[in-house]
Amino acid sequence: MGSIRLENVSKSFGEAQVISALDLDIEDGAFVVFVGPSGCGKSTLLRLIAGLEDVSGGRILIDGKDVTTTPPARRRLAMVFQSYALYPHMSVRGNIAFPLKMAGAGREEIERKVKDAARILNLEEYLDRKPRQLSGGQRQRVAIGRAIVREPTAFLFDEPLSNLDAALRVAMRLEITQLHQKLKRTMIYVTHDQVEAMTMADKIVVLNGGRIEQVGSPLELYRNPRNLFVAGFIGSPRMNFIDGAEAKKLGAATIGIRPEHLRLSATEGLWKGRVDVAEHLGSDTFLHIEMDGIGPLTARIGGEFPVRVGDTVHVTPEDGKIHRFDEKGLAL
Amino acid sequence: MARAISTRRKVTFTILGWTIGFLIFFPVLWTVLTSFKTEGTAIATPPQFLFFDWTMENYVAVQNRSNYMRHMSNSIVISVGSTLIGLLVAIPAAWAMAFSPTKRTKDVLLWMLSTKMLPAVGVLVPIYLIFRDWSLLDGLAGLTAVLTLINLPIIVWMLYTYFREIPGEILEAARMDGASLAKEIVYVLTPMAVPGIASTMLLNIILAWNEAFWSLNLTASRAAPLTAFIAAYSSPEGLFWAKLSAASTLAIAPILVLGWFAQRQLVRGLTFGAVK
Amino acid sequence: MATLHTRASARLMMTPAVVLLLAWMIVPLGMTLYFSLLRYNLLMPGMEEWTGLDNYTYFLTDPAFTAALVNTLLLVGGVLLITVVGGLLLALMLDQPFWGSGLVRLLVIAPFFVMPTVSALVWKNMLMHPVNGLFAWLARLFGLRPVDWFADLPLFSIILIVAWQWLPFATLILLTALQSLDEEQKEAAEMDGAGAASRFIYIVLPHLARAITVVILIETIFLLSVFAEILVTTNGGPGVQTTTITYLVYMQALLQFDVGGASAGGIIAVILANIVAIFLIRLIGRNLDR
Ligand SMILES: Nc1ncnc2c1ncn2[C@@H]1O[C@H](COP(=O)(O)OP(=O)(O)O)[C@@H](O)[C@H]1O
Ligand SMILES: [Mg+2]
Repeated sequence: MGSIRLENVSKSFGEAQVISALDLDIEDGAFVVFVGPSGCGKSTLLRLIAGLEDVSGGRILIDGKDVTTTPPARRRLAMVFQSYALYPHMSVRGNIAFPLKMAGAGREEIERKVKDAARILNLEEYLDRKPRQLSGGQRQRVAIGRAIVREPTAFLFDEPLSNLDAALRVAMRLEITQLHQKLKRTMIYVTHDQVEAMTMADKIVVLNGGRIEQVGSPLELYRNPRNLFVAGFIGSPRMNFIDGAEAKKLGAATIGIRPEHLRLSATEGLWKGRVDVAEHLGSDTFLHIEMDGIGPLTARIGGEFPVRVGDTVHVTPEDGKIHRFDEKGLAL
Repeated sequence: MARAISTRRKVTFTILGWTIGFLIFFPVLWTVLTSFKTEGTAIATPPQFLFFDWTMENYVAVQNRSNYMRHMSNSIVISVGSTLIGLLVAIPAAWAMAFSPTKRTKDVLLWMLSTKMLPAVGVLVPIYLIFRDWSLLDGLAGLTAVLTLINLPIIVWMLYTYFREIPGEILEAARMDGASLAKEIVYVLTPMAVPGIASTMLLNIILAWNEAFWSLNLTASRAAPLTAFIAAYSSPEGLFWAKLSAASTLAIAPILVLGWFAQRQLVRGLTFGAVK
Repeated sequence: MATLHTRASARLMMTPAVVLLLAWMIVPLGMTLYFSLLRYNLLMPGMEEWTGLDNYTYFLTDPAFTAALVNTLLLVGGVLLITVVGGLLLALMLDQPFWGSGLVRLLVIAPFFVMPTVSALVWKNMLMHPVNGLFAWLARLFGLRPVDWFADLPLFSIILIVAWQWLPFATLILLTALQSLDEEQKEAAEMDGAGAASRFIYIVLPHLARAITVVILIETIFLLSVFAEILVTTNGGPGVQTTTITYLVYMQALLQFDVGGASAGGIIAVILANIVAIFLIRLIGRNLDR
């Protein structure tokens, strides 16, 4: 109940190919995150699955059944939009009840399911309000409530948190994860924020330019990025890339090293450089260092680190944490 | 405008503004005043502005002599009828153009507008002959149909500009929620677009109410709306200014009030969204 | 929002509107074109015959046509001049803060909602009547000889009436455009040392250029069809002094029952309107892409 399979799916808008021949398997109950830079085709892919757009080629199967030409209403999927897409003229109750009404459910059933959803989402006090009288987080919950009551085989989320402020985003992130654990339904979640992807996903699908760059669990992607794009996209701050002579020494066109995998010393180390900018966060210190013969590197040190702009520091990468890439950008 | 405006400047503009406003409005005001005079006072020299014997006799006379209420009801039937039929045809079309645009949508919209720019005399002869042959002359049905057609482009266009401001995602959400197309339009789009639909209605009722060319050419007496009925006062024999004023006041009062309510939408509707 | 389903329904939903308008445009226009090539008078039924372009030659060489063309241009040009200049001044005035400006605005836009037959008759009788009219009384008050408006200045009288009706339209649109002007832009110019006059010339006017164009084009479309005001005041006279193209066609069709000649005139009116419409459509179309 809720496995989704894409076979050779492609999509073009006129001339522009937005999704190119893509295969993907999503197991029942998984929390899958599509992540990638803006404009890479995440929303388009989600809308293809939802049935809001027609595929240009390939097939989409839900629970083994071909739904490529099935209209959205009959795919038994629910979607939460970035803008929430609440019906502004209906109360919260009306919004949540709408899919049930469309399905022809009886009055008592509607009443009961709306109550259940409201309880799960802490919306009981707001049932009679209009969407414009709610805060961003509450609106988001209504949108989720509207999705829940349909008891869909899978939930689709399109950047649901991007309109919320930072603190609320963290809280809602947690709520959605908990919801997934409670409902145990397949969820496909689209975001451009790799932190959301890392924290929520069972499985991450990294998209770029309409192609899948890599599929894997968060830690797999962190540890073994398949190429430069994934290496650079996953992890924050970004992985440092070094090419030229230093890379040649290790038999690669480019080497990559994450900021948290650099050891710093005032006296000795592999590379030497000068501190350009120091960002003291308390829990961490980020140093932007201009390395001699290498260029700028970012280093991340746990806790406080007493250093000033212009200081000379020595940097050494940790053993076995260097990623090597060939000329095509593929990991060696 | 965070700065204080000097009181002198404000006083100057208040005087200037009210004077000019009064002058522009004066013909309307004068019509209303004259409608309460006797025919004798109406043509008196020097003119009587406020201190005359106010009378309602003209309003009574207008109704008794010419069955005024019939023309009023003709105007209502034609303007409201043509607007409602127009909406019925235009809402689906505007939905399609706003939410499912294709490469040709823009051309279709502009083409629809261009039909509005067709001068009426260009089709006067055939329409007149068709009306004559089908016995539509001096009938409500024919005139309503013509007014529906001449205002349809404006209705489609106005609705289109309003619909375009509604996020498509909400309609997609309805689609995901299992709404059929008809339900999507009836339960989601239409209620959300109520303000836009209302303004469109308002503007079109005004336009249809005041339409003169077809009303004058296609009706005679039975189906004449107020525009055509009032024209009958142009006959030179005898001056009936007070009665003309009473009939005119009744004819313009309702639409003036509607117009004042619709002034913002008017700009949008009449410039086809080119000025907002 | 585009699946085969939605696209197919979209086409279906547009069909009624498109078919109706297509029929409305093509059928009568085609008939007009056809009639314009016939000798066809309603007073002589059964005598229709093919005449080629004779109707056009006849219509175009009729001295009344030249007069009507000139009258039409004067009417349109005169009304445009009065309404654009007047509308601009009124809009600038209404844009100023003063007590009751909202109410004044209602007063100013009122004429637009007065039906053409009413405004024409009210002006003709109660204001412009050479003996009992208010203007005549005012003239005598100042010791002047009252003007017999419709005898001496018939076309100008009609221009005045029509301008009064369209002044609110120009004012309202220019005011709307004026109010959409970014206040900060004006303040920035003021910081840059621009005086009131140069602010108006370099900032306000360019901002209004587009709105002014829209006013001109839309008014032209409507003004080319002015009809009721002429019908109820002068009937085109005296002579042909207030006969416009629209009115000329009307006379040929419904007073002389010359279907062929009127149709040729109708086609010429369509061509004239199209010249304006093309510019207007371009302007609106560009706006759509935004
Ligand atoms: N309806 C459409 N018509 C044409 N191009 C589109 C349409 N929708 C999306 N695109 C294009 O497809 C690309 C991917 O868009 P999208 O899937 O929205 O990206 P993302 O959600 O990853 O930011 C973009 O370049 C966008 O311009
Ligand atoms: Mg997106």
